[in-house]
Amino acid sequence: MKDKRKYRYITATAVLAAVVVLLFTLNVFIGSVKISISDTIAALAGNSTDETAVRILWDMRLPRSVSVIILGGALALAGYLLQTFFHNPIAGPFVLGISSGAKMTVALVMIFLLGKSVRVSSAVMIAAAFIGAMTSMGFVLLMSRRINSMSMLVVSGVMIGYICSAVTELVVTFADDADIVNLHNWSQGSFSGMTWDNVRVMAVVVAITFVFIFLLSKPLSAYQLGDTYAKNMGVNVRMLRVLLVILSSVLSACIVAFAGPISFVGIAVPHIVKKLLGTAEPIMMIPACFLGGSAFCLFCDLLARTLLAPTELSISTVTAVFGAPVVLWVMVKHKKERPA
Amino acid sequence: MNKYYFKTEQLSVGYNGQPLIHDINISLEKGEILTLIGPNGAGKSTVLKSIAKQLSLIAGTVYLDKTDLGGISGTELSKRMAVVFTEKLRAELMTCEDVVATGRYPYTGRFGLLSKDDYSAVDDAMELVHISEIRDKDFNRISDGQRQRVMLARAICQEPEIIILDEPTSFLDVKYKLEFLSVLQELCRKKGLTVIMSLHELELAERVSDRVLCLKGEYAERFGTPEDIFRAGYIKSLFDVESGTYDEENSSMELEKAKGKAEVFVITGGGSGKNIYRRLQRKGTAFITGILFENDLDFPAARALAAEVISAEAFEPVSAELIDRAKHSIDVCDRVICAKSSFGTFDKANEELLSYAVKAGKEIEYAFNKAEPKE
Repeated sequence: MKDKRKYRYITATAVLAAVVVLLFTLNVFIGSVKISISDTIAALAGNSTDETAVRILWDMRLPRSVSVIILGGALALAGYLLQTFFHNPIAGPFVLGISSGAKMTVALVMIFLLGKSVRVSSAVMIAAAFIGAMTSMGFVLLMSRRINSMSMLVVSGVMIGYICSAVTELVVTFADDADIVNLHNWSQGSFSGMTWDNVRVMAVVVAITFVFIFLLSKPLSAYQLGDTYAKNMGVNVRMLRVLLVILSSVLSACIVAFAGPISFVGIAVPHIVKKLLGTAEPIMMIPACFLGGSAFCLFCDLLARTLLAPTELSISTVTAVFGAPVVLWVMVKHKKERPA
Repeated sequence: MNKYYFKTEQLSVGYNGQPLIHDINISLEKGEILTLIGPNGAGKSTVLKSIAKQLSLIAGTVYLDKTDLGGISGTELSKRMAVVFTEKLRAELMTCEDVVATGRYPYTGRFGLLSKDDYSAVDDAMELVHISEIRDKDFNRISDGQRQRVMLARAICQEPEIIILDEPTSFLDVKYKLEFLSVLQELCRKKGLTVIMSLHELELAERVSDRVLCLKGEYAERFGTPEDIFRAGYIKSLFDVESGTYDEENSSMELEKAKGKAEVFVITGGGSGKNIYRRLQRKGTAFITGILFENDLDFPAARALAAEVISAEAFEPVSAELIDRAKHSIDVCDRVICAKSSFGTFDKANEELLSYAVKAGKEIEYAFNKAEPKE
């Protein structure tokens, strides 16, 4: 039994990793500009004479695909942390309004700084997003003290999200600067326009956060059992909660700062991965969830880029199509298992 | 003070700084079982949570092996104290074995991976409470009773010195209730485990506990041995029982006796009467019963259920006055039920009563085997 399960974790994780590699390759090879396979390989190997192909691959497709891996994984992980935190299977950075909060502060900061013609660095963006994420999280936490029902908590999160989005839309609409027009794309959620600089920053932030989260996997497994039992096992529950809030906000902030709000990945992926692994053990879930998020986002971004090429779909459109049914399935299943 | 393993001094417990129960003083030796009893809402769970460090104390001190509980770190305490509370343990995609294995948490390393020793501790614990056969079942899909046993196994494999249980037997059937408590007793005797629990089953509390703490109102009303606590009449007052009775002597309870004028006279003795009394109570028929010796098996039930009991002092001859009183009672009743098939040498009085009833032309019902009344 134990061996069988171990075999299952390893296989599932290996499959996820393989899918990530496969989808990454597809993302690099497929795009709105047709580049033949041999040209692509030549350009990647560095012995191509076609300057355009080299630029497209090295400055656009590669950084974009790498960032999709990083941000997609981070998104799924943020969702997993929030679900664990609230003991709520339909929690995620998007539905709880955390993404929208981050989006709002980023938009405000960008408009303010661009208005003064100051260049906005990645670090400032992340910081702004982090403040927004924490603010929304604060509201959600306040609500969660008064509301015990998991669905009402999500509804209040969605409301917070709407308010933040409305504010964002308002400022974006009234700002007519050319740079700010680009904000509109970003505020819908998109992986486009990633640079290697962006990738470096997000890689560092996400990697550090990931290590922290992974080191928390043991207390997290106790926390999953409920506060009473976690406390009895010597877990400092209050401290762990603070850490969870900060870590999930950092992840959400990082995602929003670079790619805007992306819906459903945070909720859907942890559930699919859990089903795949057959366990909710954090030590297994954390890496697998990351891979699952990467794979899911690579797949969705590929579709977003290619379905209506050269027009690009907003990433949330695609993630919603695949993610929302999962959420519905989770809700139905949950009702069935725990009546009342 | 030195010999006590667990001790509370002037402990006050409650929520949000508001004391609910004041001045709880408990002292337990290693290996003893303490049971908390008291009416619903008396604060049994609050006390248990407070001494398990789940709630902060309002006042007073809890000592575990002479150390102030407040000074023991969470990690250290987790190796010494296990809990089984009524809160459901959330177990997503976990088998019963997984749940039991979470008890090993304090002993695993940085990443919580189980060693061979951990697994054998899990196996032993499951064996002890007989849940080995459901080890691979989903924890969310077993019965409440099975769940309680899994939770006990989990607590056992935590290898604690003290275990705190909140109504651990409420969902168990009689077999498992007895088994559950036997397992606790065995752990107390063999490993010196100290147990603090709340029980609703008073008859079990009386039998298993070395010490009993009675909670009622703002104070811990009594703390002592079961012999001290289960004195006649105390349980009725502790729980404010208004209808029905609790008999501390036999740990049995009876429903409220039927009201009104007695219509039936019941001749019983030696345990043959309880069922008849209860049958009459169910129908709401008031009755008089006698003549019973005060040490008769039927006497407690008779006292609880009969409108009047005509009783005689045990090991003494029945006086003529008493027989006359009984005859007078038969006169006022419409019906007589006789539950005795034969009358012994020392039961001549009842035999006389039966003949009297027959002569008086009362309607007579013979329960059990018919006794031949002598003319």
